[in-house]
Amino acid sequence: MKRKTLFLATLVASVTAMTLSCTSVKEYQKSRINDSEMSLSSRKVEKNELNFQSYREGASGANGGKTGGGCGCN
Amino acid sequence: MKKICLTVVGMYCMLLHAFSQATKDTTAFQPRKLKLEEVNLVSSYYTQNGDHSAIGGGIGSEKVTDLANGLELKWVGWDTHARKNTLTVGMGIDHHTAASQAYISKTGASRRTDGLRLYPSLDWSRENEQKGTSFNLGAYYSNEFNYQSIGLNAGVTKKTKNNGEFGLKLSAYFDQVKLIYPSEFEPASGYSGYGGEREHPDYGSSPRQTYTASFSFSQVINTRLQASLLLDVVQQNGYLGLPFHRVYFTDGTDAVENLPSTRFKLPIGLRLNYFMGDRVILRGYYRYYTDNWGLQAHTASLEVPVKLTPFFSISPFYRYYTQTAVKYFAPYEEHLTTDNYYTSNYALSSFSSGFFGAGFRIAPPNGIFGTHLSALELRYGHYTQTTDLVSDVISLHLQFK
Repeated sequence: MKRKTLFLATLVASVTAMTLSCTSVKEYQKSRINDSEMSLSSRKVEKNELNFQSYREGASGANGGKTGGGCGCN
Repeated sequence: MKKICLTVVGMYCMLLHAFSQATKDTTAFQPRKLKLEEVNLVSSYYTQNGDHSAIGGGIGSEKVTDLANGLELKWVGWDTHARKNTLTVGMGIDHHTAASQAYISKTGASRRTDGLRLYPSLDWSRENEQKGTSFNLGAYYSNEFNYQSIGLNAGVTKKTKNNGEFGLKLSAYFDQVKLIYPSEFEPASGYSGYGGEREHPDYGSSPRQTYTASFSFSQVINTRLQASLLLDVVQQNGYLGLPFHRVYFTDGTDAVENLPSTRFKLPIGLRLNYFMGDRVILRGYYRYYTDNWGLQAHTASLEVPVKLTPFFSISPFYRYYTQTAVKYFAPYEEHLTTDNYYTSNYALSSFSSGFFGAGFRIAPPNGIFGTHLSALELRYGHYTQTTDLVSDVISLHLQFK
């Protein structure tokens, strides 16, 4: 129960901190933010790395990759 | 006569004016049919070695090679309401070899030690840039000799007024696991004379379902920093083990691994990307994971792309991962026959791993050598686990526009 409360508190605190700490950024100020290497998603070249990690390790998810489907039998 | 002339001139001017209005307004929105905008090709070669095979009950070679190739075609168009429509069609083909597959037969004589996996996918999204919303639907299919999977997903995103974006994606996977048991658990009549290789074509199968709700929130914090928070809520039901994974008990007898038929997973991740100076980017990621089988894990990674020129970058990276074992794991010959659930699959054991490597990326504005090849990325990584599993992966991504 304590762990769940801590988990939810961390989640709420993270979203609040992210929202409150931001400054107003205009479109013309986003040259760095819009750089392709600043993308917040995993890059295509990492796709198969994420696959093998999800099969060789017990944890998966919360990385934009798959959470199910596929065997990883070997 | 003058009146007539003035009338004609007046009519001419009116017509001219009218046609002037009818001529193309270059600023007006023009809908556009779907057009092929981007083609992506990703190829990877993966190789691993270890000595804790799940087929051998926690002992034996884990040697695997895998050659994966994926092709993705993306069409983009705008409808009459100025909404951007994107259709993405993907096709993947993997070929693997696995030394441990030979030991599905107790004598190590199973002939099938390689396999092919095909996995097509289809995604459609509609984005309304004025409202800051998007909606997408997707379907996925994967087929290999002993496993079939059908996946469906739907998602929405909504931008906030302050450079943020909320996302929700619901996914469901419906899998069928073919029941290929170790040779000692198969009826003797099902085997030919070739070293215990099973020949009858009609294996039974067992279902497995995975339902996921993925929540995300991303935020531009300032002109150099942005972050995203990711939360997946995952429920799995059905046959969650694999029928050819053995377990050896303390008394020397063996059985097929037996795991609960439900699993609830809760991973939460945080990404933080920072543009430092004019050339260096820091890409950080952390994930905490917990599930109701007793596994907890932490993942932390850092990638540092360095822009040697605006269009050429080198990216070294390091990833650290650590997990506790599930309640049902024990090594070779350490399970008791009185245990309800048991597995000797080392992916569910307690271990740590490190993954490091580097990549480079070239993406000149006019294409590489002036061709349609708009970006090229090559990446290599070396992976080690404290279970002694070692692997290497090299990936190539080509993007055509």
